[in-house]
Amino acid sequence: MIDTLGLTAERAAALLDAREVTAEELAGAYLAQIERHDGELHAFLHTHPEQTLEAARAIDARGRSGLQGVPVGLKDLLSTRGVPTTAGSRILEGFLPIIDADVVESCREAGLVSVGKLNMDEFAMGSSTEHSAFGPTRNPWDPRLVPGGSSGGSAAAVAAGMAPFSLGTDTGGSIRQPAAFCGIVGLKPTYGAVSRYGVVAFASSLDQVGPFALTVRDAALLYSVIARDDPRDSTNVGPREPVSLPSGTSLAGLRIGVPTDQLAAGVDPGVRALFDDTVALCAALGAELGETTLPHASDGLAAYYLIAPSEASANLARYDGVRYGLRVDAPDVHAMYEETRRRGFGAEVKRRIMIGTYALSAGYFDAYYGQAQRVRTLICRDFAAAFERFDALVLPTAPSTAFAFGDKVDDPLAMYANDVFTLPVNLAGLPGLSIPCGLSDGMPVGFQLIGPAFSENRLLEIGHALEQAIGFDARPPRLSRGVA
Amino acid sequence: MTTYEAVIGLEIHVQLRTRTKMFCRCPNRFGDAPNANVCSVCLAHPGMLPVANGEAVRQALRVGLALGCRIPERSKFDRKNYFYPDSPKAYQISQYDQPLCAEGAFQVPGEDGGFVVGITRAHLEEDAAKTIHVGGEAGRIAGSGSSIVDFNRAGTPLLEIVTEPDLRSGEHARRFLTLLRATIVATGASDCDMEKGTLRCDANVSIRPVGSTGFGTKCELKNMNSFRFLERGIAAEIARQTALLEVGGRVTQATLHYDPSSESLTVLRTKEEADDYRYFPEPDLLPVAPSPTLLEELRAGLPELPVARIARLRDTYGLPDATAATIALTPSLADYYEELAALTGDPRLAANWTMGELSAHLNAASLEAAASPVTPPRLAALIALTVAGTVGSNAAKTVFGELVADPAVDAATIVERLGLAQVDDADELGAIVDAVLAANAAEVAAFRAGKVQLIGFFTGQVMRQSGGRADPKVVQALLNDRLR
Repeated sequence: MIDTLGLTAERAAALLDAREVTAEELAGAYLAQIERHDGELHAFLHTHPEQTLEAARAIDARGRSGLQGVPVGLKDLLSTRGVPTTAGSRILEGFLPIIDADVVESCREAGLVSVGKLNMDEFAMGSSTEHSAFGPTRNPWDPRLVPGGSSGGSAAAVAAGMAPFSLGTDTGGSIRQPAAFCGIVGLKPTYGAVSRYGVVAFASSLDQVGPFALTVRDAALLYSVIARDDPRDSTNVGPREPVSLPSGTSLAGLRIGVPTDQLAAGVDPGVRALFDDTVALCAALGAELGETTLPHASDGLAAYYLIAPSEASANLARYDGVRYGLRVDAPDVHAMYEETRRRGFGAEVKRRIMIGTYALSAGYFDAYYGQAQRVRTLICRDFAAAFERFDALVLPTAPSTAFAFGDKVDDPLAMYANDVFTLPVNLAGLPGLSIPCGLSDGMPVGFQLIGPAFSENRLLEIGHALEQAIGFDARPPRLSRGVA
Repeated sequence: MTTYEAVIGLEIHVQLRTRTKMFCRCPNRFGDAPNANVCSVCLAHPGMLPVANGEAVRQALRVGLALGCRIPERSKFDRKNYFYPDSPKAYQISQYDQPLCAEGAFQVPGEDGGFVVGITRAHLEEDAAKTIHVGGEAGRIAGSGSSIVDFNRAGTPLLEIVTEPDLRSGEHARRFLTLLRATIVATGASDCDMEKGTLRCDANVSIRPVGSTGFGTKCELKNMNSFRFLERGIAAEIARQTALLEVGGRVTQATLHYDPSSESLTVLRTKEEADDYRYFPEPDLLPVAPSPTLLEELRAGLPELPVARIARLRDTYGLPDATAATIALTPSLADYYEELAALTGDPRLAANWTMGELSAHLNAASLEAAASPVTPPRLAALIALTVAGTVGSNAAKTVFGELVADPAVDAATIVERLGLAQVDDADELGAIVDAVLAANAAEVAAFRAGKVQLIGFFTGQVMRQSGGRADPKVVQALLNDRLR
């Protein structure tokens, strides 16, 4: 029996190429791992083992190459035709999309086999997966701790060997932060590189789909599958250059900047120590280091929590019980709206709808939404200025390692603050890559690389070189069976 | 006593004639089974994205250019938020502060010297679905047990045209809208059929003392679905407001419904405060920036517009303004007329036939002039027979009816077959005249005693006896001769 823990997609494809396993056996191994661990971890909201095995058999039958036959996990925010897609919300319980998201279509065309739909904070609003209407996901490294969020299920599934790689979405850090908490790689692509068609919208100007993987090369592989120009998304242009598979180990000639003013905000000492070590490692690998500042990034948190809820308040207005999803009957249409939305949405979603509705109201629009957009422009300029001097900027992915359940769930501001290093990147529409850089008190720490728009190839190169030098073992010790 | 003047502005919705809807690829078509033309985009399924219809943008630009609007370098789409079952996304994609077309001026000619109406803006938006309230009176929500929604119209392209408050009477409003309609029809952007709802008009009406430059409290009139009702509805509203002010009352801002059957106004709702639609920029769509080349191309492609055609028909053919306007307002009728005028060489006679028999026949058969079986050459042949005196005017009408009924036969054949040729033989007619005079001895005596108007009676009798074929000029001469 294949041990899927720590098995990379690249290695899995090689096993298939060498005919050491069939696609069906490989899918079966992942399904068995899900069977074994998901009762505890709850990374999946929906699995369809028969469909998975059927798809794998079809690939075995017609002969395969490349990534064909390699399993993949899909965040439940991604529409899958005929397969339940809830976005972690009661209001979409039982909803069966009639289309596939563009990224799902891409995966199918590449021959990837879906093992199921992954848990998440409701409508991607949260940083811990505790806001899932269907119960939280647990961190494979320590089930007492959260896996991060909102794509917590996508991160936990890969870390626990329940999928070799997976797709998540990142609106303010929802790929990078859970990747950091679960000790894996997460890439948030440039806004516009990947189609949002069929991705249940949270904040349209910030949402972007990206890969979770055990290695930077795996992340590049999955990114190359999903990054394309899709005329169904007007804001999408696809990648500017073909995605290349990173292979170098040197950072010679690269200029890496550290925004020191950002680090002044509270960072846990263990995280800070590993961050500093990794920065030193960049220099050791030949990079030229320098300090810089992002003077307006500290206002990013406030700007983000006006722009994202404003867009969300409109994006989530369609869940009204009229055409699909939950409907709570009531004497008249307005009462039906109110009851449906009262029972269908969780507390965090309601909180953000209210903030957004308020921020867009007549008389407040300019002071809140308008002002936030101006801050956004200033943050873009900060980054543009920094990229005149540097090829990439580095920051911790999150100020802490995974926290305990209940730690922040009743304190929204503390929860929001966890995204302080990731959300300015979304506001500026830039790519961000999180790679594991070590353990602090036994829990993984993420190192974030930020580049100019459409510089994914270079970020992946840097990430790969660091990854080789760091030699992080992505297998949570408590899940290791000790035999390869 | 104070004299008041009315201040009127119109808001006009024009349904654009495009193959597909504004933001998806569903057919833009009417009369299909309910909910036949729908997809996941126009039903607002989760994750669906709008893609702007380029044809709709071009049609809207053509109208804007025809109305003399300035086309800004850049316009953008916005979301207008409101909950209603006819609004699947619970927001309408519209244009708020940067419309596609701005600042136009539209000249309405007329015997009175005409007037100019400022066009504030013309912007693109999507139409709502059709809601039918089952069991309510006249399809209204009050008293209805349930509501059903047909989404075929949801997302179809609309151009909203807003005028400056430059109109001063219902008559002006009717004249303006008539010419505006003809202009839009000429561009091919819409069929502008008020009965089918492809042209809809609301009016904002207020009154103020003559000489004042301020504005009174305005009321909005809805549902004026014909040119006549628009004129009458505005007149009724002006009278209502004037009566209020004259007894020392005041106008309350309200939305009113004009009932044409009772010619009365009913208040739909009073506005305590403005609706808050929480407009904000649509993050799913890019701004529209029409290139100068495109604008030049569209401008060059515009046909001769009604205003120009009225002037040309007047100047080229010597037609009175009113006749020129009536003909020019229907492009296909004007084309017909010009061909007929050329064929007959008699523009006035051609105009009489065009406005008379031809228009009556087109109206009765609901035909466009170009589709009439009575083509300009066939009608020209009939007119030639009347000019030559071969048929009289009554007989000519009979021949016209036969031309309609039998497209294969020409006027001369009909005249021959039905024996409609005019009788001008003095001997034949003299016998009839003598018989009529003999049979009406009392009238002859009265005529001779000075009741000269009896000449009409004698003429009529002779015409009847001749089966309508007598040449009236010859009859006149014979009567004068016999009665002298």
